Amino acid sequence: MSNDVIVVPTGTANTASVLAAFGRLGVRARVSTDPDEIGSASGVVMPGVGTFGAAIGEIDRIGVRQALLERIEADKPTMAICVGLQMFAETSEESPGVRGLGVVASDMTRFPSLVAVPQLGWNMVEGSDSSRFVRSGWAYFANSYRLATAPGGWIPAMATHGGPFVAAIERGNVLACQFHPELSGPWGLAVIDAWIDATKGTL
Amino acid sequence: MLAPRVIPCLDVDGGRVVKGVQFSDLRDAGDPVEIAASYEQQGADEIVILDVSATPEGRGNAVATVAAVRAVLSIPLTVGGGVRSMADAGRLLDAGADRVAANTAAVERPELIEEIAAQFGTQCAVISIDAGRRNGGWEVLTTSGTSRTGMDVGEWATRCAGLGAGEILLTSWDRDGTRKGYDTELLSSVSDLVTIPIIASGGAGQAIDLVAAIHAGASAVLVASLLHDRDLTVADLKATMTQHGIEVRT
Repeated sequence: MSNDVIVVPTGTANTASVLAAFGRLGVRARVSTDPDEIGSASGVVMPGVGTFGAAIGEIDRIGVRQALLERIEADKPTMAICVGLQMFAETSEESPGVRGLGVVASDMTRFPSLVAVPQLGWNMVEGSDSSRFVRSGWAYFANSYRLATAPGGWIPAMATHGGPFVAAIERGNVLACQFHPELSGPWGLAVIDAWIDATKGTL
Repeated sequence: MLAPRVIPCLDVDGGRVVKGVQFSDLRDAGDPVEIAASYEQQGADEIVILDVSATPEGRGNAVATVAAVRAVLSIPLTVGGGVRSMADAGRLLDAGADRVAANTAAVERPELIEEIAAQFGTQCAVISIDAGRRNGGWEVLTTSGTSRTGMDVGEWATRCAGLGAGEILLTSWDRDGTRKGYDTELLSSVSDLVTIPIIASGGAGQAIDLVAAIHAGASAVLVASLLHDRDLTVADLKATMTQHGIEVRT
């Protein structure tokens, strides 16, 4: 088992920011597309900006859908960011006909047009007392689609933009953030740091 | 509720932060890594780096600067200046920029916005518009304000939003570097036309100017000389905004 945190490249643009955040926390992280490595790593990050369809397409192109599903099912430490969270859903209005990972029985929908879309900037996240990873605080978001309600069996953190939406969900060692912890200042680094503790627990 | 952002802007030439009025009379203002880190500590919500290098050699340094700043920065980083192609955008994003701002090249070839949004996401595609006043309105300027295009700013902003731009960095060329306050008429006029967020730029001279820009419809405010001259910190600016009932990230 590799001690490095593995970042799955989804063909989109925030890989450098994610790697830099791990660097600031003194944790070795690197990109890999190897399904075996993604299955066995102590921690795996699914970053993502760009469209739902493009990110899912990349997951399937490099052939890691099954490895990701199995490690999430086995409760191995996994962190999904932004479009990474959206890939957990079954579908997204952004890319009709594209099949998500289906980790949660939910569909991503666009923010209502009464608010600025994309949601771009800092919004207040209300954490749950039972969360291991996410406290209340200001988080940086950059998204047009969101999970409107929390799926059953997951601990949610919520925020508001044209109504409540899911800022993060967690279940055991699996954390999915709609916000960008790697861009959310010291508060965001604390989220990543708490998740790193989970990766150490499985070694 | 989204908090309005305070965004320090660093003009970078050949790996150093420079400052000047309307891109002339540039003088050295320090190391971009140190300056960006200190603004984050003061409470900056994002950093904008504008590569103002006049030479290809200087442009080459921009990627190294972005990577060095990214290594220390825990907030979003937007980079503009010299973004002329998808290859330029890709290089800056790979180095650690979160968003890229296109200006002159997008006027010459608007499809660039569409391509950046399609490949990297709409949040990544910032359109930088330099606006110059003309009879009763504003005209799009390019090439660091030296070329007049004859295009109406409102029409161009609307078109960019339609092409997939996720945000407009709207600079008043008449106010830039003057410290006379943002052009709030310009901000109101464009924010009435588009639903994507607008970063107000050009003219911040005192903290109350930021309040006026937000009230005029901006989602974020760009500040440069106000901070570089060390008259005020980001925290000072945010304190004034809070006093005027604007909720900011603390």
